[in-house]
Amino acid sequence: MNTDTLSYEEAFAKLEETVAALRDGQMPLEQALRCYEEGIKLAQYCNTILQKAELRMQKLGMDEHGDIVLQPFELS
Amino acid sequence: MKLFPDGPPVFSVTEIARYLKEALDTDELLQDARISGEISGCRAYPSGHCYFTLKDAQAQLSCVFFKGARQHSAAPELRDGMAVVVSGNISFFGRDGKLQLYVDHVELAGEGALFLRFAQLKARLEAEGLFDAERKRPPPSQLKAIGIVTSPEAAALRDMVRVLRTRYPLAAVFFSPTPVQGAEAPAAIAAAIDLLNQHGEADVIIVGRGGGSIEELWAFNEEVVARAIAGSRIPVISGVGHETDFTIADFVADQRASTPTAAATAAVPNIADFRLHILDKQRMLVMTMQACLDDLAETLQHAERELWRAHPQSLLDARHQSLDDEVALLQDRFKYILALRQERLSSLEMRLETLSPMRTIARGYAIVRRESDGSLVTSVQQVSANEVLTIQISDGTFPVTVGARQIAP
Repeated sequence: MNTDTLSYEEAFAKLEETVAALRDGQMPLEQALRCYEEGIKLAQYCNTILQKAELRMQKLGMDEHGDIVLQPFELS
Repeated sequence: MKLFPDGPPVFSVTEIARYLKEALDTDELLQDARISGEISGCRAYPSGHCYFTLKDAQAQLSCVFFKGARQHSAAPELRDGMAVVVSGNISFFGRDGKLQLYVDHVELAGEGALFLRFAQLKARLEAEGLFDAERKRPPPSQLKAIGIVTSPEAAALRDMVRVLRTRYPLAAVFFSPTPVQGAEAPAAIAAAIDLLNQHGEADVIIVGRGGGSIEELWAFNEEVVARAIAGSRIPVISGVGHETDFTIADFVADQRASTPTAAATAAVPNIADFRLHILDKQRMLVMTMQACLDDLAETLQHAERELWRAHPQSLLDARHQSLDDEVALLQDRFKYILALRQERLSSLEMRLETLSPMRTIARGYAIVRRESDGSLVTSVQQVSANEVLTIQISDGTFPVTVGARQIAP
């Protein structure tokens, strides 16, 4: 399963689905174990996103043509 | 050549008066002038016209406020001592020989004027429904980007960014800079809000400005700012001044926070909560998996027990057990019957003993037999004279001969 491109919200939603499926309790053992592993991986992925998150700031402006321009912005 | 060969011209008073009036009426500064001063000698007449003197420490100016102008101007009630800014034009009234300011409009000066403007705008916008609770949008559920409208130099920006960085670094921030005080501020603030709307990516906009005096916060009481906030497609959270400052922007915004920091805090969730959510889910995973395994283990144990119970060895053992029980039972029964028989035997022996003739004999009775054949003699009819009989008593026997026969009564 490719989790590398999921956003936090998407990954967390999948995690919730996994937990719900496991709790439903109708799975054979093999499948339950795989479901569990996937859930643990998703939880770790979510934690990593939170750990690595950095606030990205950009400044809005307008150029002479009236188009919006974005510039990187750092606090002085 | 002399300009006036007969001396300087002589004018009439009317001519001078007319000249003065024209000189004043054509002077740009004096038409539509705004003059500040204090009201004194204020008199209103039944005609509706109002006359007063506008003065300061060194000079004074007569003013006339006609009824028509007063009604048109929505000016406040004028009282002596009021500090005001009067707008109007200065002219000369020849009839009275008076230089007068013909008033178009009177404003309260200083703070009084500001409070009045605030109250009037607030009432007007409220009547339009701009402050209605139904208009206020809740914070968005999906928060990917935040727009900030504030001054780039201000501490407010640093404070807000610090809060966002700590609480919700997942978001992107779009900063739309603007001056937050001064004459250019209201239009610039409105433009900054519009720009964020035009860019369109922000999910929420924070309009912020640190604390200050009423004049310094004044831009946020201007109508153009209120209109920009009301018209913003993106929800707006206002954080202007301190806890006790309420600006028109605060009333129009979807949410009001007391300070810029509070606004940033209100705008975003806290990722600390997110970490707790993840932990919660992890726990549920582990617990559910554990419960699943425990369940399976129990089912297995149960099956094992059932299997063991059905095992031939167990059946054999069970049968042995039954057999042993049966044997024991039999043995008990046998013992019982034996005991019973023995008891009966003993009791019979005792009865036998009791019934034994030897006992009777011991008490003095004898057994009489015929010596010839040993048969018992039980009746006198059985004996004849001179017959020999044997008498058995307890300790022996002896013969006797029958004498004369006697029948016992």
